[in-house]
Amino acid sequence: MSRSPGRKQENHKISRELFVLTYGALVAQLCKDYEKDEDVNDCLDRMGYSIGVRLIDDFLARSAVKKCRSYSETADMIAQVAFKMYLGVTPSVSCNSATGNEFSLILDKNPLVDFVEELPAERASLCYCNLLCGVIRGALEMVHLAAEVSFLQDRLKGDAVTEIGITFLRKPEDKKHRRN
Amino acid sequence: MADEALFLLLHSEMVAGVYRAAEQGEGENGRCTTKLESMGFRVGQGLIERFTKDTARFKDELDIMKFICKDFWTTVFKKQIDNLRTNHQGIYVLQDNKFRLLTQMSAGKQYLEHAPKYLAFTCGLIRGGLSNLGIKSIVTAEVSSMPACK
Repeated sequence: MSRSPGRKQENHKISRELFVLTYGALVAQLCKDYEKDEDVNDCLDRMGYSIGVRLIDDFLARSAVKKCRSYSETADMIAQVAFKMYLGVTPSVSCNSATGNEFSLILDKNPLVDFVEELPAERASLCYCNLLCGVIRGALEMVHLAAEVSFLQDRLKGDAVTEIGITFLRKPEDKKHRRN
Repeated sequence: MADEALFLLLHSEMVAGVYRAAEQGEGENGRCTTKLESMGFRVGQGLIERFTKDTARFKDELDIMKFICKDFWTTVFKKQIDNLRTNHQGIYVLQDNKFRLLTQMSAGKQYLEHAPKYLAFTCGLIRGGLSNLGIKSIVTAEVSSMPACK
C-alpha cells in the first residue's frame, strides 16, 4: 500500500470526528428549534430509536455473533462488541439488581462529547447523548428484548463518569411460551 | 469501518427529522434545505481544520479543489471524486458517480425528487470547508440519475 499505516488511523479518526461534529451540529440545531430541554431530549431519543432499529441489522451482519442466552450476556455484547465497533470505546458493565435485569454501562471516555466542554447554563437538563439511549432501545427491541434505557450519570452535568442504565423489561408472553 | 453506517443513518435521520418538524410547523421546503446546509457548514469548518492541521500550504484555488476531491472526499466518503471540471474562471464541477449517501436509495430515476434533500448537508460541508480555507463560495448540487451527482 502506498499509504503509511499512520495515515489510515488518522482517516478513521477523521471519520469518527465527522460523526461527532455532525451530532454536535444536530443538537445545536435542535436547541435552536425547541425551547424546552425535554423536547430536545425526546427528539434525540426518537431519532436514536429509528437509527437503532436499522443499526442492529448492520451490527448483526458485521459481527456474526451468536444468540445471547441471558441479559448479562446481552449487556456484555453491547458494551464489548457494539460500542467498540461503532464508537471505539469499551464501557464497563455492572449489574445493578439482584434479579439480573438491570445493568449499567460505565463510560469514562465518551467520544460524542469530544468537542463539548460544558453545557450552556440555560440548558442544564439537556441529555446531550440521548441519541445513544434511543439507539440501544431501538436495537434491543428489534431482537425482541424490551428495555428502558436512560442516563444515570452524565459527565457533562458534573458527575464523575457517564453511566447508561439498561433495564430489561420482562414481557408477559415470555412466561407463557416457556410453560408450553 | 463501521463508522460509515452510523454516519449514513444519522444523516438520513437528520433529513427526516428536519422535514418532519417542518410539516408540523409552518416551514416551507426552502428553510429545511437551509437548516441542513448550515449544519453541514459548521461541520465542514470544523472538519477541514482538523484535517489540514499538518498538510502543506495550498498553492492556489485549483490545488484546494484537488485536495477536496481527493483527500477530503476519501476521508468522508471513502472514495475520490470521479471527475473534476473547471472553466478556470471560478466554476468547478465535481462529479461523483456513486455518491455514498444516495447509493442506498435507488439506482436510477426513482425517488429523484427526494435526492436534493440528501445533498444539502454535503453542499454545506463543502462550503464550510472552503470557507475555512479562505474561499467564499456557493455550492449547489444536481442529480440527474442516482447515485451519480454533481
